[in-house]
Amino acid sequence: MALDSKIPEGPIADKWTNYKNNINLVNPANKRNIDVIVVGTGLAGGSASATLAELGYNVKAFCFQDSPRRAHSIAAQGGINAAKNYQGDGDSTYRLFYDTVKGGDYRSREANVYRLAEVSANIIDQCVAQGVPFAREYGGYLDNRSFGGVLVSRTFYAAGQTGQQLLLGAYSAMNRQIGRGKIKMYNRHEMLDVVVVDGKARGIITRNLITGEIERHSAHAVVLGTGGYGNVFFLSTNAMGSNVTAAWKAHKRGAYFANPCYTQIHPTCIPVSGDHQSKLTLMSESLRNDGRIWVPKRKEDVEAIRSGKLKPKELKEEDRDYYLERRYPAFGNLVPRDVASRAAKERCDAGFGVNATGEAVFLDFASAIQRYGKEQALIHHLDVNDAALVKKLGQEVVKNKYGNLFQMYEKIVDQDPYNTPMMIYPAVHYTMGGIWVDYNLMTTVPGLYCIGEANFSDHGANRLGASALMQGLADGYFVLPYTIGDYLSNDIRTGPISTDSKEFEEAEKGVRDQINHLINNKGTHTVDHFHKKLGKIMWNKVGMARNVQGLTEAIKEIKELRAEFWKDVKVPGTNEEFNDELAKAGRVADYLELGELFAKDALHREESCGGHFREDAVELDGEQKGEAKRDDENFAYVAAWEYKGEPSDAVLHKEDLEFKDIELKQRSYK
Amino acid sequence: MNLTLKIWRQKNAKDKGGLVDYKVNDVSPDMSFLEMLDVLNEDLINKDEEPVAFDHDCREGICGMCSLYINGEAHGPDRGVTTCQLHMRMFKDGDTIYIEPFRAAAFPVIKDLIVDRTSFDRIQHAGGFISVNTSGNTIDANAIPINKHDADTAFDAATCIGCGACVASCKNSSAMLFVSAKVSQFALLPQGKIEATDRVLNMVKQMDDEGFGNCTNTGACEVECPKGISLENIARMNREYLKASLKG
Repeated sequence: MALDSKIPEGPIADKWTNYKNNINLVNPANKRNIDVIVVGTGLAGGSASATLAELGYNVKAFCFQDSPRRAHSIAAQGGINAAKNYQGDGDSTYRLFYDTVKGGDYRSREANVYRLAEVSANIIDQCVAQGVPFAREYGGYLDNRSFGGVLVSRTFYAAGQTGQQLLLGAYSAMNRQIGRGKIKMYNRHEMLDVVVVDGKARGIITRNLITGEIERHSAHAVVLGTGGYGNVFFLSTNAMGSNVTAAWKAHKRGAYFANPCYTQIHPTCIPVSGDHQSKLTLMSESLRNDGRIWVPKRKEDVEAIRSGKLKPKELKEEDRDYYLERRYPAFGNLVPRDVASRAAKERCDAGFGVNATGEAVFLDFASAIQRYGKEQALIHHLDVNDAALVKKLGQEVVKNKYGNLFQMYEKIVDQDPYNTPMMIYPAVHYTMGGIWVDYNLMTTVPGLYCIGEANFSDHGANRLGASALMQGLADGYFVLPYTIGDYLSNDIRTGPISTDSKEFEEAEKGVRDQINHLINNKGTHTVDHFHKKLGKIMWNKVGMARNVQGLTEAIKEIKELRAEFWKDVKVPGTNEEFNDELAKAGRVADYLELGELFAKDALHREESCGGHFREDAVELDGEQKGEAKRDDENFAYVAAWEYKGEPSDAVLHKEDLEFKDIELKQRSYK
Repeated sequence: MNLTLKIWRQKNAKDKGGLVDYKVNDVSPDMSFLEMLDVLNEDLINKDEEPVAFDHDCREGICGMCSLYINGEAHGPDRGVTTCQLHMRMFKDGDTIYIEPFRAAAFPVIKDLIVDRTSFDRIQHAGGFISVNTSGNTIDANAIPINKHDADTAFDAATCIGCGACVASCKNSSAMLFVSAKVSQFALLPQGKIEATDRVLNMVKQMDDEGFGNCTNTGACEVECPKGISLENIARMNREYLKASLKG
């Protein structure tokens, strides 16, 4: 099947408006006869459920958590971008579009990104109307801050809990519709298959996580807003339950999986402390507004700091290497995430890591505390030369901006970041790859939509900070509700979809068979044993720097691990009860397939772009020496993989990326 | 360090349940409390025993999914943290730790340490929202300036994670802190004033219908709240409720 991205004709700035003017609508009375299933209740799924229900569709929403409010969007910290230009610093829809395409290393679809930038301002208006308490200035107007990879301040925020506040906004909009009976909420339910009837997605199979009951649910269309697959690495900043299962089952039912190798390794996370570690904690990118990243210039100072003989704050300014400021003077500490992560790895690989494991760099707030303290002293007519006072005032400002992050850090590391620099290291955070969708956000299965992080469309090979929240809400509030209507206009006479068909029966049987296999396997190793092994392969061979040998080995090792898993996994208990191990086993089974496709995709893409860094694709000389080398001639396409049984048999389909409005050039932050 | 755990085991909602003793050895002080339970569970599965069921997800203190009543305190002995942020350095070698579910009539046990908190959701369905449809054509976000102090206070109330520690800590199992956090957030913002009367009356009614107890101002909820939600919110809700009742 040829990929048709269905990008509307016309100039980029008019595409979305023209599209909306020409689609088919469903009249309000007919909407009452149409059911839509939405899986996932994060920013994308939650906002879509609420909006579709407001429009009049009957929504069935599903989440595996005990409440829709707990979806992992809740943990997003730093902010949400919008081209409001409230700061008068030259921002515009075009500039947000441009920054996002460039930030994604020219591997995203122009038309989708422009639409995202276009609706970004509406998101802020909508959220404020819902009562989302964004940070404000003393004049009562909304405050902004800066994020990596851009030269304007367009990020709206609510301290370090922006995701929480936006998700609770979407949750409140859902609650209003649940109260009206327009959304039927199924919490503690996990989607285990998509049901395709006569070529169209018409339902899902779920497992009730409390009772184990396997259920059939039908609808006229199915929407997946099920997030990313970062947990394929075992350790990531994702929640423990975040998984690829819904997306992977959709892939097995015919939805192409695009660019699985595009993964974001976030530069500022709390370093790993030991083998017991179950997850990694992010320290928001917003901290790079005020924190400066450094390692010592000399190895002997590194040794002294590691052994505790030298305190980091005692090291003289001239003995510190602020390597991001040194290498990238134009963007400094605010280079995009992929660039910052690789730079940290480069320093640590060279032996300058500052903790016992050698895998940490400093993020230092001392100069920001000084700067803010002096400003406050001036404002309040106090003595700017009183060092203790200035420090105290500065700490208060920093606490106001990042208090919850500093507290999280202190609880985990047991050090006070107001008085000693934080130690940070890159960790898996976000997946730009995902289910392939067209301009309508529809997958290659008619009637099956995919929104938010779960799809591939807007961030190319690298996502800029504060853009995930923007995309999730754009898809759910402002894009899907239009595009799905055009599709559903053909279903006004269809009537309710029966769950008694052979397709539902077959899908349910498949789900039951897999569960029975897992329960009856009675092997010798736990699910986590396999998950941790997979994570190690992924991190060591498919992580921040990739090469042909490592990737080839990874593919082989994952395949072997998968075979071992099915032979030897041990799942206690039964299906007919709350059984976390059983739920985890199903998720890890899917990760073991995705991981192989991920490595295969990384092996085939013989270029470096965004989060995908190939050691054999590097600039060898000139100003950009050592930087990632993209190959636009051969790889300016989306790699969309079709399922054919084993991941190794997956067939590659290419969607060529055309850049009509932005000139393709090397991404430079120097 | 080596620890003795006394963990509440209960097969399902109908089972009577009881405390069972477990030993965990070689616990690192850098482990989180839940990572310590992961180690225990791994061990139990390897010994063909049933792992302990507990709720958890983000493991960074924001989703509100983890609970646990540890040594008689919701989220354990540390302050300002959820159970997933509690680290083993808060305990000593040889300690005995009691681990129980959050207990309240409105939070029935599902299994072991997992309770059903959907009563919280139902209170939110009753009025925890501003009735605005998604249009993208509401007025510009900066058209309603909001006093920074009010905005910050609304934000503080809005940081409630809905974990239920307030209910578990209250001798009356009252949900006043939880409900008042949402009522306060909207009461402090101009957008929320239009539906203020119905909101507070409906949410309080639902709270009572769910079987949560009354507030007797002991303040235990504020002490145990991992997010530091202030008692002032309860006072504000009481004022809102009085105002609404007089109007009604």
